[in-house]
Amino acid sequence: MEALHDFGLLVGSLLGSTLRGATPLILCALAGCLAERSGVVDLGLEGKMLLSAFAAASVAAATGAWVPAMMVAMALAVSMSMVQGWGCVSHRGDQVVMGMALTMTAAGLTVVLGAAWFGLGGQTPQIAESARLTGWFTSDAQLVQGVPVVGPVLGLGLLGHNGLVYLALLCVVLVWALLFHTRLGLRLRAVGENPLMVDAAGVSVQGLRYRALALNGLLSGLAGSYLVLALNANFIPHMTAGRGYMALAALIFGKWNPVGAMAACLLFGFLDALAIRLQGAPWPEALGGGTVPVQAIQALPYLLTVVLLAGFIGRARAPAALGVPYLKER
Amino acid sequence: MNPTLPRWIDLGLLPVLNLAMALVAAAVVVWAIGLEPLGVLGLLIKGAWGSPAGLSYTLYYATTFVFTGLAVAVAFHAGLFNIGGEGQATIGGLGTGLVALAALHLTPGLPAAVLVPAMVLGAMLLGAAWAAVPGALQAWRGSHVVITTIMFNFLAAALMGYLLVEVLKEPVTMDLQSRAFEPAARMPAVHEVLQAVGVDWPATPLNLSVVLAALALVAVGWLLWRSRTGFALRASGHAPAAALYAGVDLKRQVMAAMVVSGALAGLVGVNEIAGVHQRLLPDFVAGAGFAGIAVSLIGRNHPVGIGLAALLFGTLYQGGAELAFEVPGFSRDMVFTLQGLIVLFAGALSTVLVGPLASLHQWLRRGPRDGAWAERA
Repeated sequence: MEALHDFGLLVGSLLGSTLRGATPLILCALAGCLAERSGVVDLGLEGKMLLSAFAAASVAAATGAWVPAMMVAMALAVSMSMVQGWGCVSHRGDQVVMGMALTMTAAGLTVVLGAAWFGLGGQTPQIAESARLTGWFTSDAQLVQGVPVVGPVLGLGLLGHNGLVYLALLCVVLVWALLFHTRLGLRLRAVGENPLMVDAAGVSVQGLRYRALALNGLLSGLAGSYLVLALNANFIPHMTAGRGYMALAALIFGKWNPVGAMAACLLFGFLDALAIRLQGAPWPEALGGGTVPVQAIQALPYLLTVVLLAGFIGRARAPAALGVPYLKER
Repeated sequence: MNPTLPRWIDLGLLPVLNLAMALVAAAVVVWAIGLEPLGVLGLLIKGAWGSPAGLSYTLYYATTFVFTGLAVAVAFHAGLFNIGGEGQATIGGLGTGLVALAALHLTPGLPAAVLVPAMVLGAMLLGAAWAAVPGALQAWRGSHVVITTIMFNFLAAALMGYLLVEVLKEPVTMDLQSRAFEPAARMPAVHEVLQAVGVDWPATPLNLSVVLAALALVAVGWLLWRSRTGFALRASGHAPAAALYAGVDLKRQVMAAMVVSGALAGLVGVNEIAGVHQRLLPDFVAGAGFAGIAVSLIGRNHPVGIGLAALLFGTLYQGGAELAFEVPGFSRDMVFTLQGLIVLFAGALSTVLVGPLASLHQWLRRGPRDGAWAERA
């Protein structure tokens, strides 16, 4: 029984850190899903998340409240999406180059502004407790702790997270419903597959892509806010650490489907939680001894994505018009 | 190429205007953090070109950017976007380091004349191999090279991290680094060479890799525009259907472009690891692979342009480092910001100015007498 309870504790804490780590990935992957389903490649996720994290941290440090922080973060991310739309949708610029440009500019700008405003080498000051997102259902989490086995799984794993964790899961359902059960969603998917047909039906290709990008900005702004208001207590230069690209990998791994992307994000979040837990743990003598190669676990999401893309485990098919600028016929 | 514009505007004026827009945007940022843009620019140029040491550092940075810029350009001409310069350079450095460390363990005492060429070859081979995998996956499995090269950047970082932590780490220190190479396993520094011929020059990281970079510019120019391979490569990128009809093996061209691209990016390892650090380090590439995208874009994917753009970026890096010393509140990341803005204005938004420029050119050539103006008069 004791061993079973310990197992429950282990599952609970792993599940908890999986969910906490996967949340920004999920929000970001959903943002990417909307853009890419409408035919716009988004390599700017990393940059949008970074700039909105910086904005959220700066505003939270200045005002001590999370509401304005999150609003400003989302507004900035949306405006980055609009620049992206202006260059790639209106002027048919290269979408991959645009994504790289947004990410590179954000990586430099956040440090320049941070260093000039706060004088902490690019970091922001610690965010006041009042501006941080607090856990939900914490009393319930305390209550169920006593229940054997199931208690820790529920208490440590599922309850007591902050609102954004649950909001991210809700967003998966919302994006899925939007894409597959509304008229706008049908049109968004159509514009990513065959924009000519959408145009012929009298619906604006550009308008649809701008709308997808606006939602993309909102979601990536939320992902950035989460990093500083929940996961960390301040902004640190380059703190996204490739999460935007990992979200993109998850999106591909989930075959451009919101639910699949969420599953991939949870898998990647679990691998990350596992890697942290296994840091320095002994590797079986029979397999050569030493410690567990944590880098291998950390590299697994990227490796799996490459293998999937190569079509060795199932096939991931991108939207047909992905990355192709649309030129309206005259 | 923009068919609506004459060549001198398309190749000469447009890049300069796009660069100017990026500089103006950067000047706004500099002004916003309370500094004086023109004063900063003056200090930057003085820091990069005002002294022999500054000049040497500028050339040393430019060397790295020539390699990564060319890597992007070669792939571009085959219609491929290689974002994997970062990873290929990392693995190229690993190749250089493995050759040097193997020599240290197995056959110590080899002369530099054997070791240095072997290290250059090691960097090119491993860089090429690291790029060949995404290339092959694109050619035969249809997975997009943009995504796979991004993934391979992370895989390269993980591989380097693993090898340095578990296999190659120097046991006596806490730092993540390999043992130091033999003194002979080193690309000679330029100041040593100049000293040997009697010229006094300050000691800087500038090493003979700069000669390799100059050779690479010429070689890539020859390969792309003067050789049969280059013709097939460009044809497959610019008009795949025509190339296929002419009997070009498109898969082969993808492989050729990625292998050459990876070998060029791998040479960054020679400049940094063999030329400066003398041991393997985890993060020696430090964004140079991404900077290569900006270099290639502003250099319009041509060796001459890339040489000039690499000098520009060398100036920015060295000048930025000097500025960070001298001006309080100035962060070196201003240079990275400008780099991003250059990619934005010269790459992603490069199409924005084409329309207005074309109409302006038409208007200037016809003169205000005919066209809309004449009708109004």
